Amino acid sequence: MTTTNTNSDNNSITAVEIGKPRGGPNVKTLRKDKWWLQPLFTSIGLGLFVIYGIWAAFRNGNYFAGAMGRNYLSPFYSPCVTHGCQYTTVPIVGSWYNISPAIIILIFPMGFRMSCYYYRKAYYRSFWFSPPACAVSEPHKKYSGESKFPLILNNIHRYFWYAAVVFGVVLTIDAVNAFRFPNNQIGMGLGTVVLVINAVLIWLYTLSCHSCRHLTGGKLNLFSKAPIRLWFWKKVSKINPHHQLFAWLSLIWIAFTDFYVYMVASNMIHDPRFF
Amino acid sequence: MADLNVKLWRGDENGGELVDYTIEAQEGEVVLDVVHRIQASQAPDLAVRWNCKAGKCGSCSAEINGKPSLMCMTRTSVFEPGETITITPMKTFPIIRDLVTDVSFNFKMLKKVPALKPKAREADGTYRMFQEDIERGQEFRKCIECFLCQNVCHVIRDHEENKTNYAGPRLFIRYADLEMHPLDTNDRLSLLQDKMGLGMCNITKCCTEVCPEHIHITDNAIIPLKERVVGDRYDPLVWLGKKIFRKSKTKVTVTE
Repeated sequence: MTTTNTNSDNNSITAVEIGKPRGGPNVKTLRKDKWWLQPLFTSIGLGLFVIYGIWAAFRNGNYFAGAMGRNYLSPFYSPCVTHGCQYTTVPIVGSWYNISPAIIILIFPMGFRMSCYYYRKAYYRSFWFSPPACAVSEPHKKYSGESKFPLILNNIHRYFWYAAVVFGVVLTIDAVNAFRFPNNQIGMGLGTVVLVINAVLIWLYTLSCHSCRHLTGGKLNLFSKAPIRLWFWKKVSKINPHHQLFAWLSLIWIAFTDFYVYMVASNMIHDPRFF
Repeated sequence: MADLNVKLWRGDENGGELVDYTIEAQEGEVVLDVVHRIQASQAPDLAVRWNCKAGKCGSCSAEINGKPSLMCMTRTSVFEPGETITITPMKTFPIIRDLVTDVSFNFKMLKKVPALKPKAREADGTYRMFQEDIERGQEFRKCIECFLCQNVCHVIRDHEENKTNYAGPRLFIRYADLEMHPLDTNDRLSLLQDKMGLGMCNITKCCTEVCPEHIHITDNAIIPLKERVVGDRYDPLVWLGKKIFRKSKTKVTVTE
């Protein structure tokens, strides 16, 4: 039963006073180190990915290397769900849809990354300067953080996480399919390695997510009564501190994977086969 | 050894300025040693709060070259030879004098935290807890209340008007400690989201960066609290699950 309780002892607390003079010079910051480097590199890195992502999403071609004897599907176009796909994973969308199939798919990974706790830190610092770095004043006059629309929408991160798990499975299937060669042969090319690394990095990024950590066991107060969930929570807690690293590695590698598939599919390079 | 050039903030609520001091450097010193020697030799009226000189009392918090730090844990050897060391009081709190600030805001917010309300004792009259149930909170209890995390938090550092409805990182770890406690029966999530400003934190992790006890404030306290709030009010699947399985809250919601 939900009940509401008020703590009357707290009613006598003196109200917080604001507006009293503060010490120190009235400057933006007294930091002497290169505090601006981190937000600069972050904005350049994310900016480059956005530019590449737009080009890759609207390219609408050379995302499957089947014509070159390779079963490589670009992660930007996987799962390919339209009838017009070069390689259709699940034909959910009819032939009426004639723009790039990547547009439908990318909403989910984009939403997952946009609401990710690490990327939030990255873009709040680098693009919104809120704050640009620690102990460096931000330029905004008012601040409500994630308590109001639209930033309160970041609370739906866990739904994108559910979708990210599905994408992890799909990209793993793509990596397995990359071992399939014409005439029912099993083999391995350089592209197979690229796709396997891509799937591994996506899983590391997905499983190190803070929402995953909460759902596996973080929400519990009595771990002693849920030993299996405690085991999972401990494993996720081991990789969670590296979430930022996995965020960047998976971001860079997914773009590289797409570009590699593009180069093979468009016959710009020959994909070496190891066996 | 070469001389150290130090700029110290001198002033009170009526105003102040950075004052230059030059003092001979000595090997193995921390910034607090230098401040004490300036106080002893050149500025006997300099106000500075300190206590243990071992990084455990949290008294000597200040901003050294703009970075919120403990003066007793900052070695002078980290500065380049000839570099001026600028020491100012914590910016977020009202000035009392020189390097001393009024940190009572934090204690007022602490008083607003609904205390632990343990469930009923077991049949033999005892409480039983398992190590795995309480060890998350043990990290939070390393806090020395230096208030550097509160000082660096831009929510109140750059927007003082938020102080009336924002607990801040130091208090969020206190809330997390209690919320995760295996015996506690109070539910503080609505209070946190509606009146203590949990939603205003945009997880830029400055509190974690400056914590001298290396407490993972954002990853282990604030984000888990945010996730609990999401489960409590923004997750329709959780809501549906509660309806279908007729699960009700085992905790009592505390709103103030």
